[in-house]
Amino acid sequence: MAVIQSPLPGIFYHKPTPEDPPFRLTGDDVAVGDTIGLVEVMKTFIEIKSEIPGKFEGYAIADGSPVTAGETLAELSD
Amino acid sequence: MTIERLFIANRGEIAVRIIRAARDLGITTIQAYSVADADMLAVKLADEAVCVGPAASKDSYLNIERIMNAIQATSADAVHPGYGFLAENPKFARAVEEAGIRFVGPSAATIERMGDKVAARQAAEAAGVPVVPGSNGRIETVDEAAVIAAEVGYPVMIKAAAGGGGRGIRVAEDEEQLRNLAPQARAEAEAAFGDGGLYLERAVRSPRHIEVQILGDGTNAVHCYERECSLQRRRQKVWEEAGADCLDEETRDSLCASAVALARSVGYRGAGTLEYLYDEASNEFFFIEMNTRIQVEHPISEMITGVDLVQEMIKVAGGAPLSMSQDQITRTGHAIEVRINAEDPMLQFMPWPGKLETMTIPEGEGIRFDHFLYEGYQIPPFYDSLLGKVIVHGVDRADAINKLKGALNDLELVGLKTTIPLHLALADDPEVQAGNFHTQWLEPWLAAGNLAAAATTGGGS
Repeated sequence: MAVIQSPLPGIFYHKPTPEDPPFRLTGDDVAVGDTIGLVEVMKTFIEIKSEIPGKFEGYAIADGSPVTAGETLAELSD
Repeated sequence: MTIERLFIANRGEIAVRIIRAARDLGITTIQAYSVADADMLAVKLADEAVCVGPAASKDSYLNIERIMNAIQATSADAVHPGYGFLAENPKFARAVEEAGIRFVGPSAATIERMGDKVAARQAAEAAGVPVVPGSNGRIETVDEAAVIAAEVGYPVMIKAAAGGGGRGIRVAEDEEQLRNLAPQARAEAEAAFGDGGLYLERAVRSPRHIEVQILGDGTNAVHCYERECSLQRRRQKVWEEAGADCLDEETRDSLCASAVALARSVGYRGAGTLEYLYDEASNEFFFIEMNTRIQVEHPISEMITGVDLVQEMIKVAGGAPLSMSQDQITRTGHAIEVRINAEDPMLQFMPWPGKLETMTIPEGEGIRFDHFLYEGYQIPPFYDSLLGKVIVHGVDRADAINKLKGALNDLELVGLKTTIPLHLALADDPEVQAGNFHTQWLEPWLAAGNLAAAATTGGGS
């Protein structure tokens, strides 16, 4: 099991906009460079990209929740 | 009826500014704060403080129900909304009015009217204020847009009637582009604002942004002269000046008189700003919109006139008439404000919500630093990146720029990345020193690597 961490503190979003589906669903394939979420920091949205390939195992924290730098956002399996 | 208990429905540096102004008027201050802001400076300075919800703005500073509950629970008799958040939300102003509490700003009806670009433009025209040539109201069809654009002259801007902050604006160079872009703009406005209304106006190339500070008491209105805010990045002001040295006296007088005429015609109460585009080549100015609140850059107008704008807006909200007449407001010297943001200018202005370790604040005659910092403060990542504003007042523009350099060199915020290097590089730039810029100047200057070059050479003088 591998994890994707937040590079910055802020608010984590699963979706590109509130009306859209999440970037990834459990069981989806994730390639290097795929966006899995957004962190809003000081009104700027930073795309969170996977640095590793794997199968998406789910988000570790709820959509729209505050996160700290280094906090686990999502998990991937090999 | 004077105000006794003022609720501050905002955060950051403007909350600190409002608390200081209210305290000097002998008013008790009640500061709203989110869970993430429990340790902010405004909470420490206010007489009382009340938590209004979680970190996310939509659940706290933007939540009308929660803010209203806190206002009533603390028995406030007035509310200062600051800027941003609910400051220009007519629903909030109306809720405050209906609760029998004074809103430090204009009436909900005025906020609503001036917040609708079409209605604001009509009010301006009715008061004899020049506006950018464009459609007289909403446009319903693409064919109608094409006919009006031909009259107004290309290039034209397509704007959402309900929009703001530059959202939904498109520029069409010719009719073919207009026919492509108008349906997209309508769909986007409908999605973003629930209102697909559009209007058109001529795109003024490379304009300067000039605005006029006004004050009103519901009957009378005065101006505190103009500001120039042409140095912008992503439509956000970066560096602001009072006055606009590019204007001759005659143009300045007619610009400021037009702002007062509009403020008076709508029975404006409080502090407000009329924004204009200024076309230097033709010496023409055009009203674009009115901001019905105190602005970030208000201190430069205070520096050149000596008027305390925040105190004055609180006094008129309490029912007092304006405490000065127009002939008592004079301008002296030149003032500049630069915005110190928690961003790394060397890394595409990436937000930098760090922890402030130690701080040295510039001091001296004509130097002011409005901020909400203290040593050991962890900047929360949830809100705007504005940390503070360095404001200087000199005998003229060149003196103000020199003073600005000194103040920026003296300002030390250890532990943070900030936009101080950007402002030092701008202060050293020959074009900035000559005042040769417009609203489209800064982004190409940054893209050309001028900031990185200044950093490598140590920023020159």
